[in-house]
Amino acid sequence: MILISAFMSGLIFGIGLILSGMTDPAKVIGFLDVTGSWDPSLAFVMLGAIAVAYFAFRIATRQSKTILGETIALPAKKEIDTRLIVGSITFGIGWGLAGYCPGPAIASIATNASEPILFSAAMLAGMAIYEVLQKLMPSS
Amino acid sequence: MINWAEFTPLNSLLGGMLIGLAASMLILLNGRIAGISGILGGLLTAKGNDTNWRLAFLSGLIVAPLLYGAVHALPAVTINAGNTTIIIAGLLVGIGTRYGSGCTSGHGVCGIARLSPRSIAATCIFILAGVVTVFLARQLDW
Repeated sequence: MILISAFMSGLIFGIGLILSGMTDPAKVIGFLDVTGSWDPSLAFVMLGAIAVAYFAFRIATRQSKTILGETIALPAKKEIDTRLIVGSITFGIGWGLAGYCPGPAIASIATNASEPILFSAAMLAGMAIYEVLQKLMPSS
Repeated sequence: MINWAEFTPLNSLLGGMLIGLAASMLILLNGRIAGISGILGGLLTAKGNDTNWRLAFLSGLIVAPLLYGAVHALPAVTINAGNTTIIIAGLLVGIGTRYGSGCTSGHGVCGIARLSPRSIAATCIFILAGVVTVFLARQLDW
């Protein structure tokens, strides 16, 4: 049952990304191009998503288990540390370079374009590099 | 200046609401945050049952364009980045999202929806970094 709900969540997430236009890198870069020809669409995607998810997270924070009996895992960290700042800057640079963030890239793998596959492979390699660095320098 | 020709407020709002619905399902049924970088990156160290739900979610995400395309033509996409830029960008996104504990979905949607100060800060930072990157790329005619 939890595998069906996870699959359905991924499917609806992907359809939302496609409908919203976020699988088009040019549209994402258009949002980041505030000093040029600005396309505010991405802000509307976030607005719609947050407005719906807000209620779900309000319910989730008051419970420890889901109706399927799964433990609700919410991040406990509160402080804005160097890792968060440096990591977010690194991610933002990569996002601005190609116009892909993780969701839209993966939701574009099964299309005719080869770039999402290349991007996703490089992204997974980057995640693997992170894991190796964590093992070598656990404190960083 | 706003690019009115490309601006799609209604589709983007509706698509966003579907993303919010998906994130709601995952937290209320599976108890998990719909952060794509965390779900994918977690696969590298996940053990046993922790692997299966991640693969199920990612399968749904991968299948989405096939289902969408069966009902309606997929929106046109324009990819201006060359393969070298794509690879560099992918590496930066992979390392950065893991180091910063999240991406547009985990911080930008789920984190802001639960009013997490860390996620609000992260989202402001990666949008700003993206804006500066696009600005510099435009200046350098990348």
